[in-house]
Formats: sequence, C-alpha cells, structure tokens
Amino acid sequence: MQKPMSRPNGAPPPVSVRELRKIYRDITAVDRISFSLEGGSITALLGGNGAGKTTTIAMLMGLVVPTSGEALVFGANMARERHKVLHRMNFESPYVDVPMRLTVRQNLEIFARLYGVRDLKSRIAETAEEFRLVELMHRPYGKLSAGQKTRVSMAKALLNDPELLLLDEPTASLDPDTADWVRSKLEVYCRGRGATLVLASHNMAEVERLADRVIMLEKGRIIADETPPELIKRFGRANLEEVFLAIARRGVADGEDARSTT
Amino acid sequence: MKQSASAAPPPSRLREQATASASARRIYGLVLRYWYVIRSSWPRTAELIYWPLVQMLMWGFLQTYLAQTSSFAAKAAGLFIGAVLMWDILVRSQLGFAVAFLEEIWSRNLGHLMMSPLRPAELVAALILVSLIKLLVAMVPVAVLAYAFFGFNVLSLGLAFAAFFANLVLMSWSLGLVSTGVVLRWGLGAESFAWLIVFVFLPLCCVYYPVSTLPVWLQTVALALPPTYVFEGLRAIVLRGDFVADLMVKALALNVLYFAAGSAMFAYFLQSARINGTLVQMGE
Repeated sequence: MQKPMSRPNGAPPPVSVRELRKIYRDITAVDRISFSLEGGSITALLGGNGAGKTTTIAMLMGLVVPTSGEALVFGANMARERHKVLHRMNFESPYVDVPMRLTVRQNLEIFARLYGVRDLKSRIAETAEEFRLVELMHRPYGKLSAGQKTRVSMAKALLNDPELLLLDEPTASLDPDTADWVRSKLEVYCRGRGATLVLASHNMAEVERLADRVIMLEKGRIIADETPPELIKRFGRANLEEVFLAIARRGVADGEDARSTT
Repeated sequence: MKQSASAAPPPSRLREQATASASARRIYGLVLRYWYVIRSSWPRTAELIYWPLVQMLMWGFLQTYLAQTSSFAAKAAGLFIGAVLMWDILVRSQLGFAVAFLEEIWSRNLGHLMMSPLRPAELVAALILVSLIKLLVAMVPVAVLAYAFFGFNVLSLGLAFAAFFANLVLMSWSLGLVSTGVVLRWGLGAESFAWLIVFVFLPLCCVYYPVSTLPVWLQTVALALPPTYVFEGLRAIVLRGDFVADLMVKALALNVLYFAAGSAMFAYFLQSARINGTLVQMGE
C-alpha cells in the first residue's frame, strides 16, 4: 500500500466525482455518488454484479454521459471536455481487446501513435522488454495465450506513461502466477510514476494487496469508503473477502425481508 | 521515486495533442491499423476485387450481346460497363468506410479507440482514407480488366471521370457516416443496415436507365440524390459525347448537404450512444 502524494496548490485532483448519477430508462445504475482521489493513490471500486462499478469507470472515461452530476478528471469534465485529458490516462479491461490479426508490434505501434508517444520506436522496445514481449512482437495478438494477451494489454495501457490508470478487473481469468505478476507490475508502476490507479475488481486478495482505499458500491450507491484495514475492522471480519460476503448476504437477506413483507 | 503525476496539468502536452500534426499522426496511426489488416490477409484483398470483377464481367458480356442485336446498344458501347464501374465506386467506398468501422466492433477494439485521444472527426477522417485505399485496391484491377476485355477505358472520360468519382465518393462517405452512426447507437444488431443501406439507391439513382423511366413521383426522389446526376452525366457523355457540368454542380451541392447531414447524424448517434451506454456494451 502506498501513501497518496500531495497536490501542488491549485492543481485539481486526478479524479473528482460530484453527485454522479446515471439512469438507464428505469434502472438507476449509479446514484448520486461523490468522491475525490489524490494523486498517487490506488483506489478499488468494489461491489457485486450490477453495483455500478463499470458504469462509474465508463463515466470517468467519458464513454458514458451522466444523467446528472459530474465526473472530473484532472479538472476536465469528462462529459464535455474529455479530449483535454485523454492523453494523460489509459485503461485496461479483459472485456476489450486490441485487434486480433495485428501483431503485437503493430498493435503497440498504432496505440503509441494514437497517444502521441514520443520516441515511438525506443518506447516500444523499452515496453516490450519490460513486459517480456520481445519474443512475441511478430506474433498476431489473437494467437497469444491469455497470460500473454494480458501482458500486451498492460503494455498498451502503460505505453503513454499515464498519470491515471483505470482498470476493470485486470486479473480476471488469469492463472495465479500471471495475476501476481500483473499486480506487481501495477504496484511498481504506480509507485515509480506516482500514478493514480482506479481498480474495479472482484478479487478481494488483490484489493487488499494493492488498494489504499476501498469504495464499496451497492445498487449504485456508496456504502463504504475507507481503507481496507478500516473496513475489515468495522465489519469485524478477518479479511475483505468476508466483508464483501457479509455485505452481499446482508443485501440478499434485506431483499428476502422485503419480499416477505409484500 | 519519480515526481507525483498529480502535478498541475502540463499545458505544453495539451497544446501538443491539439496541433494539426498531432491530429495527422493519430489519423495516420488508425489508417495504418486498417492497412495492416488489409495487408495481412490476401483473401480479404481478393474479396475486395471479387464482386466488382464479377459485376463488370456480367454487364460487359451482356452489353456485348446486346450490341450484336440492337443498334442502340451498338452505339452505346461502354454504357453498362461505365455504369457498373461507377456504381461499384459508390458501393465499395461506402462498404470500405463502414466495414473498417465494423472491424473495430468485431475485434472489440472500439473501447480502446474511444478511450484514446483520437477524436471523432479523426476517426471519420481515417475511415474516409481507408475507404479510398480499399476503393483503389478494388477498382484499379477491375478498371484495367474492363479495358482489356471490353475496350472500355474509364480514364478516357477525362475530367468527367474526376467529377463522377468525387461526387460518388462524397455520397458514399455520407452513407458511411449514417450507417456507422446507426451501428454506434444500436450496436451489432444494426450491422446489416451498414451492409445494405447503399443498395436502396440502386433503383432510385437510375444507374442503368434514365430518370424519365421512373414514375413522376419517384423522379422527384431520384433527383434529390446526388448519384442520379452522375449516372445521367455518364449517359450524356457516352451517348452524346457531352459533359454536362450543370449536373455535376447540382450533385456537388446536394453532396455538401448530405455530408453535413451525415456528419450531424454521426455526431448525434455518437452522443446518443454515450447517453445510452452502448459504447461500453459494444463488442462485449
């Protein structure tokens, strides 16, 4: 766990969310959440399926426009002026791929150009070395194993040296060894770069290891916002996994109670 | 440890990203992405040429047959081949634009692009350039074969060909903008719209017959479509040897309106996709 870094006077926080709300027809995906993240912090968004994690991240990326409230990244309103800051961010998700037919080198080259990376060739070479991709550079992305693909996605996500990294379940469907490697890479990067990391994950061990703050969502609302040790202590559990289960089962019990009264 | 990344926004980097050369680099990057796809698969390249070639051969032989049996067809050498080549410019260019965009959804890469500093106008510019590249890959061999088989040299149309070409590709981009906008908004369920939209114009644009053939009420519709003027212009030059500049000016004026409308619809559908959350769901 790392200590968030202080901001120079007047600089907006990397992420500031105010009264953020998203309604899809009759479903409230995110319900008036507010939080602010300090530079260099690692924050985990937790919650069951449909809790609003992905929608929150999508609004932070500007891919989804809020119904009300605002998501500011480095002071830019992501609904209206996302292009002011997109070059300072990046993201990774197992639900988004890079082109399958293109080789690893071609993919990295294209994203380096899109992000305006300087010294493109040397940066790609450096990234390939760092992510153990040198041997794979001429292989089509679609022919790589899941672990190798994750390394490529991580290389793509860090290619522009982002100050804000948004990760949606970065280690989903990875074997424990590769998942551990990814976590180590993220830790090293965030500490070295002082980058801010927002992480949506279902892996509680991962969250305990990486995050210095946990924002727990349920039905689109923030139900907890504290450090992992504080959260564990407040719920009187042994670890985050147990806290998560306690909250999830409480939700089920509440639902059953509600059903039994109707 | 390096310095905190949460320092004040570096204005120089922002300015760099906003320059024309940075924009050109992003467009080039995306064009390169499609070029790598075309280059990586010869069946895809062959597919680009396949239909235009089949169409050209079919209409070429039909015209050869008709020329033997009809004095009109004998005088109008090149009418059908010219028409089919022009029609294929419209179709291939629109499909080149739309399919390049669909590639992003098929490969689940749209989220990466939308999250990158690439702007919507740059995405459109890249799709336009890719449609031109695909058009050249498809049509140059077919035009050469049209000359080899039937003696029809599309370049013999001279300046008229440039005017026809410009008007057809402009219309194809307008259709490309609308069709990709629809896919952005409604996802892959609307994919067939992108494939089929152009074929609505085949009977309406009077590709193989004059506008006067249509019922009067449908002539009004036909005359509201830029390609109609191109095909009328083609018939004027093949049958009478006249290049009617007025027709091209009318087509261009309509094309400007169509392109503006197509751009507005693309922007509207993109914003609508951001409101409805379809950008996030796409390809998942």
